[in-house]
Amino acid sequence: MSRETIVNILLALLLLAVPLGASAMGEPFYITLATRIAILALAAVGLNIALGLGGLVSFGHAAFFGLGGYAAGILATHAFDGVPLFAGIPGTASMPIIWLVAVVVCGLIALPIGAISLRTTGVYFIMITLAFAQMIYYFAVSWPAYGGEDGLSIYVRNEFPGVNTTQPLSYFLICYAVLMAALGLFWLLRGSRFGAALQAARQNATRLAAVGITPFNVRLIAFAVSAMVTGLAGALFADLNKFVSPSMLSWHMSGELIVLIILGGKGRLFGPVAGAMLYVLIEYALGGITERWQFFLGLILLGVVLFARGGLLGLLAGKVRHG
Amino acid sequence: MSIALLIEQLLNGLQLGVMLFLMAAGLTLIFGVMGLINLAHGSLYMIGAFACAAVAAATGSFWIGLAASLVAAAAAGAIIEVTVIRRLYDRDHLDQVLATFALILIFSEGTRWLFGSFPLYLDIPSLLQGAVPLPGGGQYQLYRLAIIGVGVVVALGLYLLISRTRLGMRIRAGESDREMIAALGVDIRTLYTVVFALGAALAGLAGALVGALQSVQVGMGEPALILAFVVIVIGGIGSIKGALFGAILVGVVDTMGRFLLPKALALMMPAAQAGLIGAALASMLIYIVMALILAFRPSGLFAAQS
Repeated sequence: MSRETIVNILLALLLLAVPLGASAMGEPFYITLATRIAILALAAVGLNIALGLGGLVSFGHAAFFGLGGYAAGILATHAFDGVPLFAGIPGTASMPIIWLVAVVVCGLIALPIGAISLRTTGVYFIMITLAFAQMIYYFAVSWPAYGGEDGLSIYVRNEFPGVNTTQPLSYFLICYAVLMAALGLFWLLRGSRFGAALQAARQNATRLAAVGITPFNVRLIAFAVSAMVTGLAGALFADLNKFVSPSMLSWHMSGELIVLIILGGKGRLFGPVAGAMLYVLIEYALGGITERWQFFLGLILLGVVLFARGGLLGLLAGKVRHG
Repeated sequence: MSIALLIEQLLNGLQLGVMLFLMAAGLTLIFGVMGLINLAHGSLYMIGAFACAAVAAATGSFWIGLAASLVAAAAAGAIIEVTVIRRLYDRDHLDQVLATFALILIFSEGTRWLFGSFPLYLDIPSLLQGAVPLPGGGQYQLYRLAIIGVGVVVALGLYLLISRTRLGMRIRAGESDREMIAALGVDIRTLYTVVFALGAALAGLAGALVGALQSVQVGMGEPALILAFVVIVIGGIGSIKGALFGAILVGVVDTMGRFLLPKALALMMPAAQAGLIGAALASMLIYIVMALILAFRPSGLFAAQS
């Protein structure tokens, strides 16, 4: 077993152990904190498919995070009010259906965005993904039907068959299971023929094209899959907070998702998990000491980018063998 | 809809465009010469506005405040160039995005620490108060006209600086081949600091000028930064001419879209609904324009040779 595998297993167990312990001691706050970590990690696992494997620096993944959130919020609102969505289709409070809708919507929107954005590379790609996310952000702000700038409340957490989701620990376990499934997907993707092609597209697109695989198609599929996973995380995040607002779509969110990956370790299986743990921990620890915690977060982040390349996993488990 | 109103909106669009040009010129120059994507450019804009508001409040003179904004933004730019940015030139864009994102957090929280969370207000100088009559019977704020004038002067000045002076020659040489001009004995590190400070000063100027129209507050730089990104992506990154063209295009399209779209839709549907849909569409309009342009010209309208 490699050192990274051991670190990964320890991280997975740690994330599971904390809420179980907190539940035993009757400290529901820490369960919510762990749920937040699991959901942010899930969103970053999604982005890691595009950014880590494909080298596609999407600065607009908040769009998919927010769309997933709004899918949950809008469906739940219609179910709560008993007003059909449109053409007689009712809303729903069932999580599996909401997740399916979130994933499908994100995939369908990621395809045209990706198709236009992937015609560009480098800085253009960063900026055009940012611009698309801003476009959706401003739409959400100025469209009053679902709360506009004020956001949308979900009055009762949506339901999952056979589980009482209003209990913090049950909801954590749902999120944890989804995160593990997404990590499994990432692992399968990375090891598959498709994953090999995607990583080749990052390392040398010309060679990949010379072998007869079109880099554009590979990247587009990766971008869409990445958006779908991030969208699923958005739906879970909305249910955690029982609230969706345009801030989930804002460019700060896109920046945070990238930060999670870099803090943890880019392109590594558990990088997003380590990054989300570290980020939420910093937020919680510094937030307890000073109101100005973002100032110090900025300093830490600057230090990591300038001096500690490879992130937390690079520190714990050593360098990646293949660049 | 009267002609005067239309002219007024066009001028508003032009004024927004000029402000965006001041931001975008610095961004595009920094990218063109150093290959750096600088998210913290919006923070320099904010620093300019805060310096102007604070100094104007202390001395009672807008003009001293304006000078202070240039100095403060250029100094902040030079300091971050020497301490942080310099280490990022050889890194990939991802590292640049993250490090400058970290700078935004530091600058925003730092400013909130110094000045508190309440917005500051900056008065229009008495020399530029009042309005100018427009053809068609309307009136237009003199101050906004003055901003347009500043933009024209800066555009002209930048053109002369880059095409006619020794510094401009070095900047152009740095854009096309940085190893070669270093080999020819130009002190490239100092050149980079100067270019960065120049870009920062332009952003600070934009912030100070706009500060008198809006309130001066933390976070004011971010919408301006993102619009400036749209501008340089449309114009072609690295091209000042592209930045000018893109800025005017974005300014006019955004302002006219907000003004005309609800009216145009009102011809087809009930007024209340047209207002809603029009406002939502108008807020997305420049991004739609950008997507269309990039779909046909993936490296912008006036792409610089790379």
